[in-house]
Amino acid sequence: MVLITGYVKMNGTEINIKKTGFLKEYFGTIFTSLSSLLTGMKLTGYYFIHPNKIITEQYPDNRATLKMAERFRGEVTLPHNENNEHRCNGCQSCEIACPNGSIKIVTKHEISEDGKKKKRIDTWVYHLEMCTFCNLCIEACPSKAIVMGKKFEHSVYDKSQLVKILNKPGSKVMKEAEE
Amino acid sequence: MQMTRKPSDITTDAKSGEVLHHEGEFIINMGPQHPATHGVLHLKIWLEGETIKKIEPHLGYIHRGIEKMCERLSYRQFIFSTSRMDYLSAHINNQACALAVEKALGLEVPPRAKAIRIILAELTRIASHELWWACSGLDLGGVTPFFYAFREREAINDIMEETCGARLTQNFIVPGGVMSDLHHNFQKRVKRVLTQIKDNLHEYDEILTGNIIFQNRLKEVGYLSREDAISYGCTGPAARGSGLSCDIRKLYPYDGYEKLDFDEIIFNEGDCWARYRVRMAEILQSVHIIEQLIDSIPDGEFQAKTKNVIKLPKGQFYQRVETARGELGVFIVSDGAATPYRCKFRSPNFSNLSAIPQMAQGAKIGDLVAIMATVDLVIPDIDR
Amino acid sequence: MEKLHLLFVFSFSWLASHLNMWLRTGIGNSFLLLVTEMLIAGISLLAFLVILCFFLGYMERKVAAFMEIRLGPNRVGPKGSLQIVADTVKLLFKEGLTPDGSDKFLFNLAPFVVVVTSMLAIAPLAFARDFQLWDVNIGIFYVTSISSMAVIGILMAGWSSSNKYSLIGAMRSGAQIVSYELSIGLSLISIVILSGSLRLSDIIQSQANGWWIFKGHIPVLISFIIFIIASTAEINRAPFDLTEAEQELTGGFHTEYAGMKFAMFLLSEYINLFIVSAIAATIFLGGWMPFHIGNLTGFNHAMDYIPSSLWFFGKTFFIIFIIMWFRWTFPRLRIDQLLNLEWKYLLPISMGNTLLVSAMAVFGWYL
Ligand code: SF4
Ligand code: SF4
Repeated sequence: MVLITGYVKMNGTEINIKKTGFLKEYFGTIFTSLSSLLTGMKLTGYYFIHPNKIITEQYPDNRATLKMAERFRGEVTLPHNENNEHRCNGCQSCEIACPNGSIKIVTKHEISEDGKKKKRIDTWVYHLEMCTFCNLCIEACPSKAIVMGKKFEHSVYDKSQLVKILNKPGSKVMKEAEE
Repeated sequence: MQMTRKPSDITTDAKSGEVLHHEGEFIINMGPQHPATHGVLHLKIWLEGETIKKIEPHLGYIHRGIEKMCERLSYRQFIFSTSRMDYLSAHINNQACALAVEKALGLEVPPRAKAIRIILAELTRIASHELWWACSGLDLGGVTPFFYAFREREAINDIMEETCGARLTQNFIVPGGVMSDLHHNFQKRVKRVLTQIKDNLHEYDEILTGNIIFQNRLKEVGYLSREDAISYGCTGPAARGSGLSCDIRKLYPYDGYEKLDFDEIIFNEGDCWARYRVRMAEILQSVHIIEQLIDSIPDGEFQAKTKNVIKLPKGQFYQRVETARGELGVFIVSDGAATPYRCKFRSPNFSNLSAIPQMAQGAKIGDLVAIMATVDLVIPDIDR
Repeated sequence: MEKLHLLFVFSFSWLASHLNMWLRTGIGNSFLLLVTEMLIAGISLLAFLVILCFFLGYMERKVAAFMEIRLGPNRVGPKGSLQIVADTVKLLFKEGLTPDGSDKFLFNLAPFVVVVTSMLAIAPLAFARDFQLWDVNIGIFYVTSISSMAVIGILMAGWSSSNKYSLIGAMRSGAQIVSYELSIGLSLISIVILSGSLRLSDIIQSQANGWWIFKGHIPVLISFIIFIIASTAEINRAPFDLTEAEQELTGGFHTEYAGMKFAMFLLSEYINLFIVSAIAATIFLGGWMPFHIGNLTGFNHAMDYIPSSLWFFGKTFFIIFIIMWFRWTFPRLRIDQLLNLEWKYLLPISMGNTLLVSAMAVFGWYL
C-alpha cells in the first residue's frame, strides 16, 4: 500500500519495494488508497449526521448543574459551623507540610477562663496564587480542620486578591478540637 | 544535484572560526514558539531547499530547577514537584519517587496500594497515548482525530478527578501507598471506560491508521537504527519501534508488574510508522493489564504506616519506572537528613530528543514534524 | 395558483432585463448606460461575495465542528451565525503590520492581487438561467488562465515578507499550483471535447438532456474526481494546504500578515472555494439545469419548478461540502508526495482519460 513511495533512501540504505507487475500495483494502489480515504470520510460523515454524539460541555451555561467530583481539589477551605467555630487549633502542621509555603498561620496566646495560656490562631493566611492543590496540608492536619473546596473559578484581576484569610472574624475553635 | 562549494561560499565565525553556514543553505529557527513543538522547544535547522541538513536543539526555555528544588523539600513533599516534569505521566512520575523512597526505607507497600497504583498508572499511560495520538494527527494536518481521542481521554480524566481529586497533576501517591482509598465508583467507571476505548479504537484506525496519506507520511521516515537507539539512550516506545527491548515493567518489574500478563510491544522497522504502531498496541496492552486487576483489587490497607518525618538512611538510591515515554530514573543521594542531599531525574524525553537530529538527517520539514510527533516529546520533561 | 406560479418562475434573468429596461429609459447615452450597468453589477457582485464568504466561513466552522463532535460557534447571534461578522470586525480593528525588513510595496500589494485574481474568475459563471455577467466564448479557457495567476500573488506575499517560513510556503505553492493546473485543464478538456464548446452557456445547454456526469459514463466520472482533487490542491486547501501548513510553516505565505490584509487572504480562499465548486457544478453537474430523468415527464416538470438559481447553488454547495469534508478528515501530504500524486497518478490518468473521452466523442458513445 505505497501510494506515493516518497524517497526510498533511508540513511543511505536502499529499501526494496516489492515488485508485483507494474499495472497491477499501480491500479491496486489507487483502489486501496481511495478506499482507505473513503473509510475515513465515512466516519466523519457519520458524526456529521449524528449531532446527538456531540460531547461539548456548555460550560458557563451549565454552571447551575455542574457538579464537581467529591474529592475535587479546588481551594483550601476552613469550614466554620453555625456558631462561627472552626476546628483549627493552630498546630501549624499544615504550614510545615506545604511544599511551597502557601500557608502562613499566625498564632496568638489566649488566656482561658481557668487562667491557662492557650495557643490560638490569629489569622490563617492562604496564598491561593501559590497553591498547587497537592492535598498535603489536608493530609497533615491532625484535627481535620481544613478541607478542599469545590470552587474552581478563581480568576481575579489582581493577584493580591488571591491571598485569603480563612478564619472568619471573631471565630473560635470548637471545644472538641482543642488540643 | 550536489553543489560544489568554493571556500568563499562558507561563512565562518570571525572569532572562533566555526563554520556558521554554507552558501545555499538557510537556517530557520523552529520554536521556541512554533505550533509543532508542543511547548518551548527550540530547534535550529539548517536547510537546503526543504531538506534538513542539520538540527541543533536548544534547551532551557522552561528550566525550573526541579532537581534543586527537591533538595529542600521533604520526602513527602518532593513527589508533587515531579508531576510538573512529564505532566502527561504525572502519576507514574510520582510513583517513581515514592518507589525510590520506599526502596531506601525498605518499606513494604500493602498489596491494595500496589494494585491501585498500577491501575492508575496504566490509565495514565492510556490517557497519555490518547493525547499523543490526538496530537500526532494534528501535527500531520488532520484536526478531527484530536477530538475523537480527547473524548476517551476526558473519560479517564474524570476518573482521575473522582479518585485523586485532580485531573492532570494528581499527586495521589505517598511513600508507602496512596493518599486515600479508591472512590466507590471507581471500578464501575474504569470498566465503562475500558469498553468505551475498546469500542472506539476502530475509529482511530479508520480515520488515521488506515489512512493512506497518514501511512505515507510515517512510513520510511525518521529511521532510527537499534544501535543508534542504544547509543543515544532512547527508551520507551521510541526505542521499542527500533527493536530495542527496554520496557522497565518487564526488565525490572516494580509494584507487582511481574505478576501480570502483558506483552512488551517491539517493532523492528525503526521508522515513524513502527513507533506509531508500538503506541497503538500499548494502549491495548494497558487495557489488558487493567482488566486483570480491576476485579481483583486486594482488600486491606491502602497505605503503609510511615513516620511523620521520613528520613532516609545515608546512601544512594536509584529507582526506574516506565513512563508513557520511556524510562524515568530517580536518583536520590541521602546524607541521613529529612531532605535529599541531591536529587537527579533521568528523564526519557531528554535522551529521545537527542536522537531527533539523527533521525531527521536528510528529511523534509514535514518529516521533522512527523518525527517529533512519533517520538512524543514533552518539553517540560526535557528541561525540568 | 397564478401567484404561486409567478413565485416559481421568478428568476434573476427577469430581474436583470427589467433593470436594464428601467435604466435604458433613464439614461440615454449608451456609454453611460454601460458604465452604470457595470457599476451595479460590480457592486452587487462584491456584496454577494462578502455575504458568501461570511456564509462559507460559518458553514466551514459548523461542518468542522459537527465532524469533530463539538458544537462550533454558538455565542454571537442565533446559533453563532454572526460569529464571522464579529471576527471580521476584530480583524478590521487590528493593526495591519508591515514587517520592517519586508519589501513594503509588494507586501501590501500581494493581498489585493490574490483577491482580485480570484474575483476575476467569477465573471463567466452562470448563476441562473440567462443570468451571467459575461458569456465569453472562451469561458473555460478564461477561468483556467485567471486561476493560474493566483500563484503570483502568493509568491509575492511569500517573497516580500522576508520570512523564511513564508518563502518556503510560497515556493511550495509555486510548485503545487503549476503542476495541478495540468490535470485541472485536462479534466475540463474532456467536457469541452464532449460538448464541443468552450463557452460556459453552451456547455450548460449541452446538458439539457442529462448532466455530463451521467451522460459521460465512467470517463467523465474519472474527470470529475480528478477535477475535485486537483482543484482542492489548486486552492491550497487541506489535505493539500502545504503553502500554509500550520504545523510545519506556522502560517506559510501569510505568516507575517495581520488584520485586514490577512482577512484578504481568507476572503480569497473562500472565493476560490466557491469558484472551483461552481465550475465543477457547471461543467459536470449541469449548472442551473434541473435534474431530469429520461421520459418521466411529471417528475421532470416538478423539477423545472425549482428555480434555476437554487439548482446552481445547491450543486455548488454540495461540492463545497465535499471539499470541506476532505479538509476535516484527511491529514496533510508531504511536498514530494504531493508532486508524485500529480505527476505519477493524476496526470497520466487524466491523459489516458482524455483519449477515452475523445474516442467517446468521435464514436458518439454518449446520449
Ligand atoms: S494544597 Fe498543597 S500547595 Fe496548596 S496549601 Fe495545601 S499543601 Fe500547600
Ligand atoms: S489547619 Fe490543621 S494543621 Fe493547620 S494549623 Fe490548623 S489544626 Fe494545625
